[in-house]
Order: sequence, then structure tokens, then C-alpha cells
Amino acid sequence: MSQEEREQLQRQQSDGVTKGKAWLFGDNINTDIIIPFRFKSRTNDPYEMAKYAMYGYDPDFHKKITNGDVIVAGRNFGGGSSREQAPVALKYAGISAVIAQSFARIFYRNSFTIGLPALEISEIKGKVNQGDELSINISRFTVQNLRSGEIFQAHVVPKFMRDMLVEGGLVEYYKRHKQFPWRIHRRSLPIF
Amino acid sequence: MQTTSSSSSSRSIHQREEKQDFSLIKNIFDDNSLTFAEKIISMKNVETHSKKCRPGDIVIVDVDLAMAQDSTGPLAIRSLNEMGIVSLHDPAKTLLVIDHTFPAADEKVANLHKLMREFALKHSCILVEGSISHQHILEYLAAPGMVILGADSHTCQAGCVGAFAAGIGSTEIAAVWATGQLWLRVPETIKIMLSGNFNKGVFARDLILHYIGEVGEDGANYKSLEWKFSNDNVKKQFSMDSRACISNASMECGAKISVFPVDEITRKYLHENLRISEDNSSGTNNMRTEIDIQAGDSAQYKDELEIQLDKIEPQVSGPDNVDKVHSIGELANLEIDQAFIGSSTNGRIEDLEVAAHILKGRKVHRNTRCVVTPASVKVYEEAIRRGYVEIYLESGAVFTNATCGACVGTHLGALGENEICISSSSRNFVGRMGALSSKVYLASPATVAASAIEGGIADPRRYFYSS
Repeated sequence: MSQEEREQLQRQQSDGVTKGKAWLFGDNINTDIIIPFRFKSRTNDPYEMAKYAMYGYDPDFHKKITNGDVIVAGRNFGGGSSREQAPVALKYAGISAVIAQSFARIFYRNSFTIGLPALEISEIKGKVNQGDELSINISRFTVQNLRSGEIFQAHVVPKFMRDMLVEGGLVEYYKRHKQFPWRIHRRSLPIF
Repeated sequence: MQTTSSSSSSRSIHQREEKQDFSLIKNIFDDNSLTFAEKIISMKNVETHSKKCRPGDIVIVDVDLAMAQDSTGPLAIRSLNEMGIVSLHDPAKTLLVIDHTFPAADEKVANLHKLMREFALKHSCILVEGSISHQHILEYLAAPGMVILGADSHTCQAGCVGAFAAGIGSTEIAAVWATGQLWLRVPETIKIMLSGNFNKGVFARDLILHYIGEVGEDGANYKSLEWKFSNDNVKKQFSMDSRACISNASMECGAKISVFPVDEITRKYLHENLRISEDNSSGTNNMRTEIDIQAGDSAQYKDELEIQLDKIEPQVSGPDNVDKVHSIGELANLEIDQAFIGSSTNGRIEDLEVAAHILKGRKVHRNTRCVVTPASVKVYEEAIRRGYVEIYLESGAVFTNATCGACVGTHLGALGENEICISSSSRNFVGRMGALSSKVYLASPATVAASAIEGGIADPRRYFYSS
């Protein structure tokens, strides 16, 4: 995906709604599958990282993605290493969101940090087929399967996490506000 | 091989002594109703020291040490630069470690190492090269009650000395470098009581693999693990090296932190490694008091369980997932191409001692290569001093510098197509150590050494009964 396309996708996400077709994965898709160490440790360029997205599943996966596609997975997506390059590779390869029954802790944090929507929907298993078109509302944290019409509510996160996500990640958020989001919302933190 | 630009490792702790007025946190420190995680987060809360934090609360905490290594540091530096942040909150709490592909295996890696060195020089922060970060932190920096965050999932290793230590991503580390703070969610805690005696040839690694096999790869996701000993006899079986192995490997079931009680073994370790004075138990200054931090007796746990050490056999995990755990008999004689002893999970002197015991006077099987990698320069030096390196070389094994190289398949022990490796390293994921078609099985250093000699997965117990 080019920088221009990336920015276009980012604008759509800021508006709140994106559409894309689903790629189905099973349980325990770990970060070594998402991007092996030997590739991620040799570059600091997100577009280079994108060439190895899901390499452990299919080395050519990045070529098969259409901009805006969505990963739909089972339990414990993103387990293993702390590598932020994992969500970065997916995002810059054109993936607009990851939906999973559950996420590994660090991957989940990293996804919000780098602006890749991570939607935890425990009942998603069996409700999406390979290639189904999905509509994702980032403001409401909902997913609609446009084939079946079913709407799913993802696990809701604190406001500062959603703000960070909608603005494209922590770096973009900081550039705009000159402050970290958890600082801005500090007074309202305990309600979440 | 440590370049410390602005601070010695002990200085950062002394700074903490000066900074914190202990009377403010005394009530929380003494509170019997808090788990370890609840207590530390309550004490480190930047807003107030009078509130007891409970699971699910989101709290901004002061961070005592923030680390990134050579596969996560460059991205942290990039994020910091993109945000336009030009100065660090506290260079003495900012640690960069070049360990994963050390020394650089190629030009691309060398350029990223260069970026880190230039950053460290510019900001006068701590730069370490050639020891694995987690082992360096244990040997020189970690202390009970600290909050340690690292852009590396195995940062949780420092829980072995009673630190709140957790892995996070690169950009969040950049935020900590900038502000000295980060938000944390207070985790639920699982309490694991250990009882009985290890059988000969069974070790800490077998225990943690057994546990992961029981609970699964996400069995402790978002959770804190608190390990407890049912009596002094059990406690004595858990050296600091063994505790470090368990805290480190707890990541493989998703644990946020994994902590051991602070006891005389902790104090002895810290004293031997020059971090506390000999007489620390009845001290009055803040640091001494913090050393004695403990989880409360009446804390509420999400789950409590007991593991009897006597029931554990040598365990082998794999391939492809760490929770695919087998007793050794199920995989006996499976032929291997490589045996790897090392990594932050099992590359400490206790591990190298066991490997030397088994390899002494024996030869590595002619169809197998054996690679031994210490976790740090300190472990490397001790292995030379004790004569282990001679033993390895005589057996036909290779002894490398301290690095994460083989464990992450970047250099010094990568696997080719369809090759099979038994390894004491941290993970056995698809393609972890090299080719996507290669297979990795995880086991204790004893099982790996026995397998190296026999050319196939082998039960280590016979090497302990016969000697």
C-alpha cells in the first residue's frame, strides 16, 4: 500500500466507518507468524515491514490483501513477542482492523498505540466466512457482517484509547495535542 | 561490555532513595489486603498514595526503568523523533540494550545498532552491549518494588526479585522515556503454591512448561502470577537462577507479571550483586524498607492452585506452540539436527553447570550440532572460570557470546528447511529459529544436553543417577 492510499484509509477511519473483506484465521496466531524476527529486526521502515505481514502463514499474503481488508481470528491473537512491528506490518500492508475472540495483552496495547483497530468480540467465531464484507464503526466499536446483516459489539475500551485510535495512534495524537492521551483524560480515568 | 554514559547501575537506586518519602506510602506498603500487583501499582500511582487500586482500575504510575533492545529500540527512537520530543525525563532510567543480533550479523542490523549508540550518546542514557537485557537487569539494576517496563515481552523476568516488570511496545516505551510515566491496568492475580521436592533431573523449566501445558498459551493473559513456597524446604530448591527462568517463561502463558516472594535468597542475591548492604533486614531507610515488600496475607486472588514438584517429569514442548507439552517418554528418540542451550530463559550459570555436568567426558552425537550461549557477559566469564567452556569444546559443542541470536533465528544457530532442534530457549513458534518448515522443541538445559549426546530427544534423568 502506498502512502497516499494509507492516508486515504486513515481519513476513512477518522470518519468512523471502514469496509473491507474478511480473512479468517484460527487461534494463537502469534507475532512470529505475523512478522518473523529476522525481517522486522533489519528495518525501521513500516512499508518494508509490510512486505512480511503474515509471512509465517503465507509469505505472499501481503500481495493478496486489498486495501481495507480485515483479519478475523480466534483466541489469543498476537501472542508472544512485544514487537510493535506486528500491528505495524498489518496496518501498512492494508489491513484496516483485526477482529478476534481475544487478544494477547501486548499486541492489544500496541494496536491502539499504532492506530490499528483491534476489536475483541468473543462471539465472533462461526459468524464470519472467508471473504465476507464487513463494516466497522470505530466510534461505536461495532462490526456489521454485510452478508448476514448481523451486528456485533466489540469490548469497549477507555475513552483515551479510542481517541488515540481514531486519531491514528499515539504518535499522531501527540503531534496534534502535544500531550499523551492518558494525561488529558486523567481526571476521568477511574470511571472506566 | 557496558558503556554507562551518565550513571552507574547502583546510582539509579540511590536516586529512588532520595526521591521517595516512605511515610506517604507506608499504609499501602503494610496493607494486608493487597496482592503484589495491587500494592505496587497503588504505591506508584502518580495521583494519590491513599487509594487502594483493584483489578480493572487504570492507573498512571511512575516507572523506575524503561528498556528497549536492538529489535525494538530503533522503532522507539523513531517514534520519539516523530513526536518531536528532544529530551528524556531521566536518562538514568532509560536503558538501551544491544543483545538480539549482537555482534551485528549484517549491514542492516549494524545501521540500527549505530542509531541506538548515537541516541545513547546524545541523551547520556544507559547503553549495554553484549548481555541479554533481562539478565543484565537482574544482575545490575532490578530491585524489589521497582516498576520496570521493557519493549520486550520477557521483561517479566525481573519479577524473580520482586519487581513489577512487564513488557510493552516500542512507542509506549518512547512515551515513558519522555515522561517517566505510563498507564497500567491493575491485573487479577493467580496464586500458585509450590510443594514437595523436584525429582533428580527435573528443573524449574520443567515446572513452568508443565504449568503452561495445563493452562494454555493464554491461560494467564492479562494476569499477575504470584509464586509461593509451602515451606523452607521448597524455597531452598528455588535459586535466583531458577526463579528467573520461571518468571521469564511465564510470558508463554500470557502473564503480565510473574513474581516471587522477597526472601533471604533474594536478599543474598542482591547483596552478592552489590545492591544492598549485608545487614538489610532491619534497615530504616526507604530502600531497605522497600526491599521487604510482600503481597498481603489476606489478598483476594482470582485463582489459587498448588503444584506438587514430585509429580513433574522432564517436559518437552512443541512443535509450534509452547502449550503443546509432553512428558519426555512421548517424544523419546525423535531425531534432532541441533541442540541449543542458552537464551534469557535458560542461559544462566546454573543452566550451564547442568549442561557441563552432562557433557563432561562425552561427545555430541555426530549427526547433531550443539550450541551453547550464555545469557550475559557475567555468566560467560563465570563459565570460563569454572572450566565449563573447556568441557563444551571437548564434547564438540560450540560456545558463543551472549546474545538472543539462535532463539530468534537471526544468527549463531539458525535452522534450515525441515531441521529439528531441541532448545532451552523461550519459544518454538513456526519459523522462530529459521526456516518455516523447521521444528523447535523446548526443554530444560539437562534434557537438551542429554539429547545432544544421544542425537535424539533423551531423558536426562539417567545422567543424574549414574554419577
